[in-house]
Amino acid sequence: MSMEMDQLVQLILNGTGETLYMTLISTAIAYVIGLPLGVLLVITEKGHIRPNPYFNSVLGTVINLLRSIPFLILIVMLFPVTRAVMGSAIGSKATILPLVVGAFPYIARMVESSLKEVDHGVIEAAQSMGASPLQIIYKVMLPESFPSLLNGLAICLTTILGYTAMAGAVGGGGLGKIAIDYGLNRNKMDILYVASIALVLLVQVMQVLGTRSSKWIDHRRK
Amino acid sequence: MQSPYMIRIQGLKKVYGAGEGAVTALSGVDLLIRRGDIHGIIGMSGAGKSTLIRCINLLDRPTEGLIEIDGQDVTHLSEKELRKMRRSVGMIFQQFNLLMQRTVLKNVCFPMELSGVSRAQARARALELLELVGLKEKAGAYPAQLSGGQKQRVAIARSLAMDPKVLLCDEATSALDPMTTASILQLLKDINTRLGITIVVITHEMEVIRQICSNVSIIDGGVIAESGAVSELFSRPQSEAGRRLFHTGEPKIELPTGRMIRVIFDGSTTFEPVIAQMILTINAPVSIVSAQTNTVGQERRGQMVLELPEDPSVSAKAVEYLASKGLTVEEVKD
Repeated sequence: MSMEMDQLVQLILNGTGETLYMTLISTAIAYVIGLPLGVLLVITEKGHIRPNPYFNSVLGTVINLLRSIPFLILIVMLFPVTRAVMGSAIGSKATILPLVVGAFPYIARMVESSLKEVDHGVIEAAQSMGASPLQIIYKVMLPESFPSLLNGLAICLTTILGYTAMAGAVGGGGLGKIAIDYGLNRNKMDILYVASIALVLLVQVMQVLGTRSSKWIDHRRK
Repeated sequence: MQSPYMIRIQGLKKVYGAGEGAVTALSGVDLLIRRGDIHGIIGMSGAGKSTLIRCINLLDRPTEGLIEIDGQDVTHLSEKELRKMRRSVGMIFQQFNLLMQRTVLKNVCFPMELSGVSRAQARARALELLELVGLKEKAGAYPAQLSGGQKQRVAIARSLAMDPKVLLCDEATSALDPMTTASILQLLKDINTRLGITIVVITHEMEVIRQICSNVSIIDGGVIAESGAVSELFSRPQSEAGRRLFHTGEPKIELPTGRMIRVIFDGSTTFEPVIAQMILTINAPVSIVSAQTNTVGQERRGQMVLELPEDPSVSAKAVEYLASKGLTVEEVKD
């Protein structure tokens, strides 16, 4: 080992903490933006509760544009904005801004696909009972697609976790930075492997938790 | 004075799309549905029956025409007023459309929740309704755990939660087997009798009309071909669409050599040996092309298609004899 054992453990633990911090905070903020956008993408579609084809195609196009920028390039492009808003362009906290920008369009599409799983007949039944569009969103679409939304959350979390590792290459913090700093720049491959394994474990845990709980709360097949 | 009609539809038109690709689903429907009636609307698929029922609570916006429910014109309501109106019109569907992530009890509570009824009150009412449809013990189950018939019972309980004046049934038994269909129809009939709710039934199945409806309208090509009492339309359909629907099971007749007639029996004469007597009277053989009987309400009704001898004087005698026995005789063409 190129480092004392307890030092290594400390390094990895800190990295894991930073990675989790970035992932969870940016996912939460990205959902605040992405979830309503996903809802809008669905309800403004033709034949839905608030059809607006023009708005729908503009929103869809903007989301596609944002999603087509590779994340690494997005971070660099956003450097000036990040510096202005977060006070600095490097470190874990600063990375939250590009992470949110990179993740919310992805989340909007995930939410859109979950909401589309809700049978249109159920929405129609709610309309026939005099439900308002807001009631249809809060009491029908979101609760009925909740298991699928939860599954989507697990996928988004793991994707954003991957993004944090990428951010490590250009001044971000966490496990990604450790892997690049020690592994790539100082050729300490053992630390690169340990950091990578820690990332893999985090992804596994999130995915399994997401899938399990999604199944557990789903009443469609029981 | 209160109108005898719960639903009045006049000149209802519905066109989907515009320009070249426009599809006319309804091209001028006039319909009257009596208060407290169970009124059937029957038609082949594509006749426009689903569009018609969906126009009644404005799930589909009519292109033109008048729809009145309990004296209120519903086509010009604001969105808020429309939501209020919909609460007084229950609806059930072919695919049940229950909320899959809610328990049976919570499904029945749903419409009450939408209109702000307190939780406790909604729960009590929902349990009452579940008892009415015979599913109280399933209150805690999820829809996925129920059979099709049970799901429709839950949907019926849910549709009754807001004490509707009208219940719309859109092919409500089409996804169910015959036994379950019969029990659901019986439940609808009970609800009609006990609660006095006007029920509109859309179906393509004759059996459904026969079992519960008192009046029926035949829809064909986007218009009402004819309307009337079920017993009347079953034995004497006036329209082409009516004959197609009610006189099924006739084989296609290839180049008939003799004169073909359809004889319609009503309750009084079905079982008298009329045909045998007729043959003795005219002293010539006739062949029976098809025959069927139906039970409509308490009465047995039937119809028979006969091929008469080629000799016009003999066949005229046969028709005369049948007419003298009070039976309805019509010519069958092609």
